[in-house]
Amino acid sequence: MYNGGKILLGIIVFVLFAAFPFYNNIGKVSAKPEPKLDTPVIQQLAEKKCVESKEFMKAEHMQLLNDWRDSAIREGKRIYVNSEGKEFRISLQNTCMNCHSNKKEFCDKCHNYAAVKPYCWTCHIEPKEKKS
Amino acid sequence: MKILFPFVAVIALVLLAMVGVSGGSLHFLFGVIIPYAAVFIFIIGVIYRVLKWAKSPVPFCITTTCGQQKSLPWIKQNKLENPSSTLHVVGRMAMEVFLFRSLFRNLKGEMKDSSRLVYGSDKWLWLAGIAFHYSFLIVLLRHIRLFAEPTPFFLHLLETFDGFLQIGVPRFFMTGVVLLSAVTFLFLRRIYIPQVRYISLSADYFPLFLIIGIATTGMLMRYFLKTDIVGVKELAMGLVSFNPVIPKGLGVIFYIHLLFVSTLFAYFPFSKLVHMGGVFLSPTRNLLGNSREFRHVNPWNYPVKVHTYEEYEEDFRDKMKMAEIPVEKE
Ligand code: HEC
Ligand code: HEC
Ligand code: HEC
Repeated sequence: MYNGGKILLGIIVFVLFAAFPFYNNIGKVSAKPEPKLDTPVIQQLAEKKCVESKEFMKAEHMQLLNDWRDSAIREGKRIYVNSEGKEFRISLQNTCMNCHSNKKEFCDKCHNYAAVKPYCWTCHIEPKEKKS
Repeated sequence: MKILFPFVAVIALVLLAMVGVSGGSLHFLFGVIIPYAAVFIFIIGVIYRVLKWAKSPVPFCITTTCGQQKSLPWIKQNKLENPSSTLHVVGRMAMEVFLFRSLFRNLKGEMKDSSRLVYGSDKWLWLAGIAFHYSFLIVLLRHIRLFAEPTPFFLHLLETFDGFLQIGVPRFFMTGVVLLSAVTFLFLRRIYIPQVRYISLSADYFPLFLIIGIATTGMLMRYFLKTDIVGVKELAMGLVSFNPVIPKGLGVIFYIHLLFVSTLFAYFPFSKLVHMGGVFLSPTRNLLGNSREFRHVNPWNYPVKVHTYEEYEEDFRDKMKMAEIPVEKE
């Protein structure tokens, strides 16, 4: 082998980059997030149901929020009718966060896990919570 | 044919994932076994290729003569183009790796007035190349959020800049579109320029189609078809902590994306894509331009048996004297 030292150095750097996710996780346990639903409003619900089905909300809640925003601000329609015909007032703060008033235990649980930081809260007001 | 074959191969991958996941419920195969195998082949394969390159001797320094070599003191040396110290070489290498210096020199020859051949600068290849590579890098780095918990500090910064247009929810990331447009340009360039099409092989089209496929499925998942990102992260974290799990509810589109990526990784060491490692080993970039300063001896020169004049004279002195041939030693 020619230039053995440099070649070896290069290979080590490559392996350090390529295998980063593997050794970075040694000895760490990461549980998947369990968003908490035990808010006063949700506990009083007869049927513990979100605006849409759970599967839909999991994957598409950001899309739904975007549609809500467009329909409220651009079209002036502030009533949302879900797939079951139930009506909701379109509002991030007063509808979503009314039921999910535990933002830190709910929204943020997933968002921290998935490393997303929605910038909505620079304008919209977060529900008041006890510091945990 | 050279285009059709790789295209069919990519379509076959899509069908494979579709049939395997929704038809055969081979989630474990597509979600765990194939990704593991791909990463293994990738790492071992790249090391193998580099070691193989390192075995071939580089006998003589190759000076690419687009800069003045170090010479007499009053002749100005072009240190970056014709380096004479390791520091200069590092400079030239950095320009190559980070800025694609050689591509920047790309020229285009054209026939003007059907009789004059004119050369002009052609930066489009460089521009698309650099846009492609850097956006691919950022897209790759953004994926760390699925493989690390807690996520590294730079991730949020990266997403803030990438999504600073704040279009839509989920936020629109610029690099995705730049990546797709650049790779599409690189593909179209191969078809439209006759000379480039002539030298293009299946091995050139396949990675392009594969990357187009990866970017398309990725963006489809983010903006249109939606996938449960928390589930995806569960799967990814399971893989990297050697504790594989298959979360329920991940769509076929995710498995197509994953199969594309696995194919790219596994194919990498055997394709032209190894230029990732190869660029560091290009003799025209990493050797000193000191052919005048030092004598370079071919390392595989074997000892040649020589018979010097002195020995010859020693052997034949008497006969030479008799024939009145002058000799050096009496
Ligand atoms: C620049 C400040 C700002 C940011 C950032 C912002 N919004 Fe808004 N949003 C507003 C304003 C102002 C309204 C109008 C309120 C009204 O007319 O009732 C609004 C209205 C809405 C509405 C409909 C009405 C309501 O009461 O909720 C939704 C839904 C919404 N925003 C969602 C979002 C989401 C989701 C984000 C984050 C991706 C976001 N907004 C970020 C300022 C902002
Ligand atoms: C009527 C009260 C109510 C409202 C309003 C509401 N939710 Fe929910 N949400 C729930 C309940 C109850 C669940 C649990 C559903 C289940 O387990 O089937 C839930 C589940 C969810 C989930 C899935 C959590 C998981 O465990 O995977 C998300 C995401 C979510 N909601 C987001 C939102 C967003 C965003 C809004 C506003 C557009 C909203 N919710 C409005 C009650 C509500
Ligand atoms: C089941 C876990 C989960 C829960 C609960 C959840 N989210 Fe999310 N949310 C996500 C994931 C994952 C993303 C990132 C999607 C992506 O990057 O494609 C996201 C993205 C978003 C975005 C878009 C952010 C961006 O900048 O792209 C908004 C806005 C958002 N969530 C609002 C909410 C709100 C408000 C709540 C609480 C009512 C909530 N989410 C609860 C998982 C969750």
